[in-house]
Amino acid sequence: MSALAMARPYRRPALVAGAVITATLAAIALLSLAWTPYPPADIDIAARLQGPSARHWLGTDQFGRDVLSMLMAGSRNSFAVGFVAVGIGLTLGVALGLLAAVRGGIVDEAVMRLADFAFAFPAVLSAIMITAWLGPGAVNAIVAIGIFNIPVFARLTRGSTLQVLGRDFVLAARAAGKDGARIVIEHVLPNIVGILIVQGTIQFALAILAEAGLAYLGLGTQPPNPSWGKMLNEAQTFLHRSAWLAIFPGAAIAITVLGFNLLGDGLRDLIDPRLRRVRR
Amino acid sequence: MLSFAIRRLLGLVLTLLAAALVVFIVLEVLPGDPAAVMLGVQATPETLAALRAEYGLDRPASVRFLAWIGGLVTGDLGISYTYRVPVGGLIAERLAVTVPLALMAIALSTAIALPLGVFAAARHDRPADAAVMGFSQIGVAVPNFWFGLLLVLLFSITLGWAPSGGFPGWSTGGDAIVALVLPAISLALPQAAILARVTRSAVLDALGEDYVRTARAKGLTRAATLRHHVLRNALIPVVTITGLQFSFLLAGAIIIENVFYLPGLGRLVFQAISQRDLIVVRDVVVLLAAMVIIINFAVDMLYAVIDPRLRKRRR
Amino acid sequence: MSILEAEHLAVSIATETGALPVVRDISFRLDRGTTLGLVGESGSGKSMTALALMRLLPEIATATGAVRLLGEDLLQADEDRLCAVRGDRMAMVFQEPMTSLNPVHRIGDQIAETLILHRGAERRAALEEAARLLDRVGIGTARARLAAYPHQLSGGQRQRVMIAMALACRPDVVIADEPTSALDVTVQAQIVDLLRGLVEEIGLALILISHDLGVIGRLADRVMVMYGGAVMEEGDTRTVFAVRAHPYTQGLFAALPSRGARKGKRLAVIPGTVPSPDALPPGCPFYGRCPRGQDVCRENTPPAVAIDGSLARCFFPGPPP
Repeated sequence: MSALAMARPYRRPALVAGAVITATLAAIALLSLAWTPYPPADIDIAARLQGPSARHWLGTDQFGRDVLSMLMAGSRNSFAVGFVAVGIGLTLGVALGLLAAVRGGIVDEAVMRLADFAFAFPAVLSAIMITAWLGPGAVNAIVAIGIFNIPVFARLTRGSTLQVLGRDFVLAARAAGKDGARIVIEHVLPNIVGILIVQGTIQFALAILAEAGLAYLGLGTQPPNPSWGKMLNEAQTFLHRSAWLAIFPGAAIAITVLGFNLLGDGLRDLIDPRLRRVRR
Repeated sequence: MLSFAIRRLLGLVLTLLAAALVVFIVLEVLPGDPAAVMLGVQATPETLAALRAEYGLDRPASVRFLAWIGGLVTGDLGISYTYRVPVGGLIAERLAVTVPLALMAIALSTAIALPLGVFAAARHDRPADAAVMGFSQIGVAVPNFWFGLLLVLLFSITLGWAPSGGFPGWSTGGDAIVALVLPAISLALPQAAILARVTRSAVLDALGEDYVRTARAKGLTRAATLRHHVLRNALIPVVTITGLQFSFLLAGAIIIENVFYLPGLGRLVFQAISQRDLIVVRDVVVLLAAMVIIINFAVDMLYAVIDPRLRKRRR
Repeated sequence: MSILEAEHLAVSIATETGALPVVRDISFRLDRGTTLGLVGESGSGKSMTALALMRLLPEIATATGAVRLLGEDLLQADEDRLCAVRGDRMAMVFQEPMTSLNPVHRIGDQIAETLILHRGAERRAALEEAARLLDRVGIGTARARLAAYPHQLSGGQRQRVMIAMALACRPDVVIADEPTSALDVTVQAQIVDLLRGLVEEIGLALILISHDLGVIGRLADRVMVMYGGAVMEEGDTRTVFAVRAHPYTQGLFAALPSRGARKGKRLAVIPGTVPSPDALPPGCPFYGRCPRGQDVCRENTPPAVAIDGSLARCFFPGPPP
């Protein structure tokens, strides 16, 4: 990233919008640890299914819980899902991708066929299968989503590593007698970390979407832990009389996913040398 | 070409077998006794033994796998544990909802995305382009089941134009199609958003090619160049993504069929999972995976039709 | 009257820091049955000049001056008029026949397209004519070749197809941009012969762009040696090649591998590389690499000086010391 590019944020509206949205959401998630307007799990039957008002900005649900407080607490859940799912994918995927690229031959073939194969299964279907087997719950859902991030990162890592390994400075390092592990640590990783961050950001958004879907089906985060997908599931019953219950959690998911996607696209433009050359 | 197709077909069969094996392993060899899983908390030693005997679970895993594959090939998919009917019939019934739904969604998404993508590329870096890209960003970010709820809110509850869910059966004709419209739109939105982006960048790539300059040097207008020289070349990535999207579509159908209470394959597998009907789960999952694999194969074959260069030099 | 005239043709590219000149003040006249060569290193503005003549510049580039085809100024023409002229009165042959032909269309259709567009021909009749054109450019079994796709042809055949395509409507002017550079040496010679035959037999006016002095020498009647978007030296090809009044022309010839050059012996090259247009001095573009460069060259546009019939734009022209 050149200093020049960083100094001109107004040229990169996607990056700026993405950064602002995700930073705000992260701040809200952190804030919810210390403060929410009401305790998110507090039931107040007398105040059930109230529309947005000065007391309850975003209304209350069928148990009289404050929707804003639940949304704030739910953001923690979404961030946790994103971090863990991407973390699983990154750790195992990068390791497998590096292995495939550096070893080559049959190891490479095996890893890549496995990745191809994993892509043949609809990820949500497989996640449903796994959560069905392991039982519903936030952890199982996250693990199921994380597993399907592994082939994504494995492919990406392999491809970019092979590119780096083909460059002159790596050949020079080889000629200087450095071994494979040192070349990977000193030359490959620093060169592929950018593209991994970009992909990680986009997978983060996808993981949040997938978990919301699973939670909506009742297979993800279980009550009383607040989760946006679960809120939408419950809201469907009251769609006729309390539409706000369905509108706010969905908007929260959409804004979060939009934020991370914009951030990922913006970062990609920033580090992709091909695009950078064109823009100069 | 023919020997290539045969070799690819062999590979296809092997992939399908591997897929079946994976599903089998996940559902039967991993910790836990399938009979116990199916019976859940009501399991007693007697009912367990009875269920094991009924489904042949007392046989070794390899025998059961081969018996299952043999059944799949001959069309005998076994008996559903919860519905007590042949799984084959159950699936056929549900396919009659899911396949039309998926086709409607694909048709809708292509009908929206291709013109939008081409339009955006033709007006690259102008406001229209930015608007299409903005639509795409939002379309990708909106969860399709939420979009489905919003559609119900607007068209069913507020306007009363469409039913909010359920499926009246194909014998009702027009009503059946109406019942699938909102679900198809919900399914199509994120696909259209992605496809519009892919189309845009494929067209932009093709516009940068030398043969476009040649066409302009021949005296073709910009529009004629786009029609006669750019679009067909831009089609390959578009077809690839459309093929890939089928798998997302099937996954999306699982959720969307639940939003709209449609008796499709997705709802069947979801219910089978919650009712622990592993016989049904196993068959439906393999069927869905097979559909994805076969469609990817069809896409590969389609490449050769679009691009003459791919007809010969292939492994 | 000359078929094609360029007068003070200049091209500049819009950048964040202002307009950047990439072609500076080019004028020439081209008659039927003659060939004008543009020669220079890559980046010298040759291709930009060609695209400006066809009005096919990228959107960020603008051309000023005048380009007159049979008296009509193409720089003033609207897009409809340009589409009518392109491919009909003026045609172009590009460097890379592989990428310049559309990979998904049969070559017969690609040639016929021009005829259908400008002559309103029926497809069948257009294909007949396409077969005749292929035959004319030396592709055997032309009729059978109509159904071939570009990737099924050799590089030389593809370039013949490009030439056939350019000739389809019997244009007045053909611009060939590095038509032989992507080809094998033996095929290069065949294409050169083909082009020469076309100029002589059908009275074509050809603008030939090449970095290859040999190709220019064999085909061009007149030559313009270009550098940094400007003409360094021009005149009758034989005269210019013999006199070599401009230091840049001398540098180009010095960089040629001489017949006696042995393996391992370094070729003489012009020191430095072609600078990007934004790094060029306001005066003579060659100033930074010129062995005769003085302070006066940097700020001032050099005068055109005729030396033994060759016109050099240089403050210090003359034969090599």
